[in-house]
Amino acid sequence: MTEIALPAPAASVMSDPGSPGRFGDHGGRYVPESLIPACAAVEEAFRDAWADPRFRRDLDRLLAVHAGRPTALTPAWRLSAELGVNVLLKREDLAHTGSHKINNVLGQALLARRMGKTRLLAETGAGSHGVATATAAALLGLSATVFMGEVDMERQALNVYRMRMLGAEVIPVTGGTRTLKDATSEAMRQWVTCVDEAHYCLGSVMGPHPYPWMVREFQRVIGDEARRQCAAELTTGIPDYVVACVGGGSNAAGTFAGFADTGAQLIGVEAEGGAAIAFGQVGVLHGFRSYLVQDENGQVAEAHSIAPGLDYPGVGPEHAHLNDTGRARYVTVGDAEVIPAVRRLARTEGILPALESAHAIAWVIRAAESGELPPWSTVLVTLSGRGDKDVATLMAAS
Amino acid sequence: MSSIVEDRLRYGRTGGRSLLVPYLTGGIRPDWISYLQEYARNGADAIEIGLPFSDPILDGPTIQEASDRALRRGVTVRGLLDEVARAEIDVPLIAMTYYNLVAHSPSFCGDLAAAGIRGLIVPDVPVDEALPLAASAEAAGVELTLLAAPTTPPDRLAEIARASRGFVYAVSVMGTTGARFAASGGRLAGDLRRLTDRPVLLAFGIATHEDAVTAAESADGVVIGAALMRRILDGGTPEELGAVLAGFRTALDASVR
Ligand SMILES: Cc1ncc(COP(=O)(O)O)c(C=O)c1O
Repeated sequence: MTEIALPAPAASVMSDPGSPGRFGDHGGRYVPESLIPACAAVEEAFRDAWADPRFRRDLDRLLAVHAGRPTALTPAWRLSAELGVNVLLKREDLAHTGSHKINNVLGQALLARRMGKTRLLAETGAGSHGVATATAAALLGLSATVFMGEVDMERQALNVYRMRMLGAEVIPVTGGTRTLKDATSEAMRQWVTCVDEAHYCLGSVMGPHPYPWMVREFQRVIGDEARRQCAAELTTGIPDYVVACVGGGSNAAGTFAGFADTGAQLIGVEAEGGAAIAFGQVGVLHGFRSYLVQDENGQVAEAHSIAPGLDYPGVGPEHAHLNDTGRARYVTVGDAEVIPAVRRLARTEGILPALESAHAIAWVIRAAESGELPPWSTVLVTLSGRGDKDVATLMAAS
Repeated sequence: MSSIVEDRLRYGRTGGRSLLVPYLTGGIRPDWISYLQEYARNGADAIEIGLPFSDPILDGPTIQEASDRALRRGVTVRGLLDEVARAEIDVPLIAMTYYNLVAHSPSFCGDLAAAGIRGLIVPDVPVDEALPLAASAEAAGVELTLLAAPTTPPDRLAEIARASRGFVYAVSVMGTTGARFAASGGRLAGDLRRLTDRPVLLAFGIATHEDAVTAAESADGVVIGAALMRRILDGGTPEELGAVLAGFRTALDASVR
C-alpha cells in the first residue's frame, strides 16, 4: 500500500507574517535605522487600509474600471490537444499596462494617497513595474520617480519613453551592475531623503516587511479570481498544478495565495540565470533574508536572463519559505527553452506572452512532454504579461 | 570581556577633547594599510574600516565608487583581515560592512577579533534584528555599535542607546554617506547624550573643519568618511591624508567645548 501525502494544514500557509514579518527564517526588516519609521508607517497604514471596507471597495473599483479586471481564464485548446494535458491560462497580459504589475501598483498608490504622500518612488528592471507606477501616479494625481539601471534603459528604451509620456521622471542608475538590483538599492537610498512626502512603491514580493506580505495581498486578486474561474470551468473545481514564473515572485505569490489551502501542486519557475532558490544561498539584501545568488565571498552575483523581469539575484522571502516547507516546488528554465515557448503559444493560441511568462509555459511543455504531468491533468498557468515589450529581443533572436 | 573601543573613546574624550574617527574603504589601494598608520599617527581615536560589499545600501556615490574599485581589485574579507592582522596599528579598529557579508561566514566576528578588529558596525541591522549578531559579537569580544537616525522616535532611541556597544553612531542626516551635513544631527546627538553616558559620534556629511567643529559641539566627536575617500579616489597619498586628518585634529582641539 502506498502512503498518501496529505496537504499541509491550510490556515498557516500564506497567512499574515505578523509584525516581525517572518516567513519561517526568511523575511524581516534589514534596513538602515533611517528607514525603520517609514517601513513601520507603511505597515500600520496597510493593516488599517486592508481592514477597511471602503479602501477595499475603492481598490476593487479601480481594478475593474481602470485595470480591466477580472482578467479572463482562457482554456488553451490547441496547446492542450498537442500536449495531452489540460492547460488553462490566467490572462494577466490582458490587464491594463500589459502585466500583473498594475494590481500591486494601484493598491500602493491608493495607500500612498491615504497616507498623505504626494510622490511615488519605484525601481524597475524590464520597465513593466515602472510603467505601471507611472500609470497609477497619473491616475491618482501623484508624481512618480522611477530608478532604472543604465543597461536596462538601453534594453527597454520603449518603456523608458512610455514612462516619460505618462509624466514620470526616469533616473538612470550608473552604479554596480547597472541593472534591477542596483536600481532597487538606489530607490531605497533616495527614499531615505524624502520619506515625508514619498512612498516607496516596491514592485515585487521582496524588500523589508511589510512589502513581501503587502505586495502578495495586492496580487492575490490573481489567485482569488482564478480559483472562482476554475471552480466554474473544471469538473474537479481545483487544478492539479498551478504554475507561475518567479522573478521577485509577485505574480506567483498572488496566484499561489488563491490555492495555498487546496491540494493543487504549486510550481514556481525561475530563470536559470537568476535562480535564487535553485542556485542561491541564504543571504540578506534589500531589507530581507532569503535565498540569494552570490559568489564564494558573499558578494551578490549578477543575474543573467533573456527576460529582464527575471534578472534579479534574490527571491521573495515567502517563496523561500514555501520551498523550505515543501508546499511549493521551484524549477528552472533556461533562455534556450524560452523563445520556442513564446513561438508555440503564439501559434497555437494567438497569444504573444512576455519572455518572463514564457518561462512558465516552457516548463509546462517540458513537463508534459517528459510525462511528468500525468495525461489530461489540469494545469493553471499564470500568463503574467504580454510580449509586446519583448519584440526587439525576439527579432534579434530569430 | 574588556571594551577596547569604548574604553579608548571614553579616555579620549576626557577634559572635553573631541573624538576623531576616520573611515577607510579596505583594499582601496594596494598600500591601504599605510593610510591606517597615517591616521593613527595624526590624531585618530579609532578607525573605521569598510569591508567592501557589492550593494552598499547606505552609501552615497563616493563610497560606492570606493567599494566598486576595491572589489574590482579582487579584495575579499579574508584577504583584508589577513593584512590587518599583520599590521601594527595603535588605535582601536572598527569594521563597517553589510549584513550579507557578516552572515556569510559563521566565524565572522571571531575572524575580526583574531585580526585585531574589536568593533563592528552593520548599517542594515537595526536594533530589532540585532539580537543574534549582538550575541555572536559579544562572544567573540567584538563591540557591536548601533546607528540612530534623525527620525528615530524617543523610545527606540533609548533602546538603541542601551543596546549599542562601543559608542552610539548618530547619523546626522536623512541621506547616505557623503550627503551634506545637517543641523538635525546636532539635535539627535544631544538627545542621545541625555540618554546615555556612552560616547556619541556624529557621522555622515562631515566634510570641512567647520562641519566637524559644529558637530562636536553637540556630540563627543565625529566620523569622517566620504570627504577623506574622495581625496583618496582622486589620488591622495597616505601622507597627504595623514596631513588632512591632522588638520581636523587641530581644528577640533582649538575649539573649546
Ligand atoms: C511580465 C512580467 N512577468 C513577471 C515579472 C517578474 O516579477 P514577479 O516575479 O514579481 O512577478 C515581471 C517583472 O518585471 C514582468 O514584467
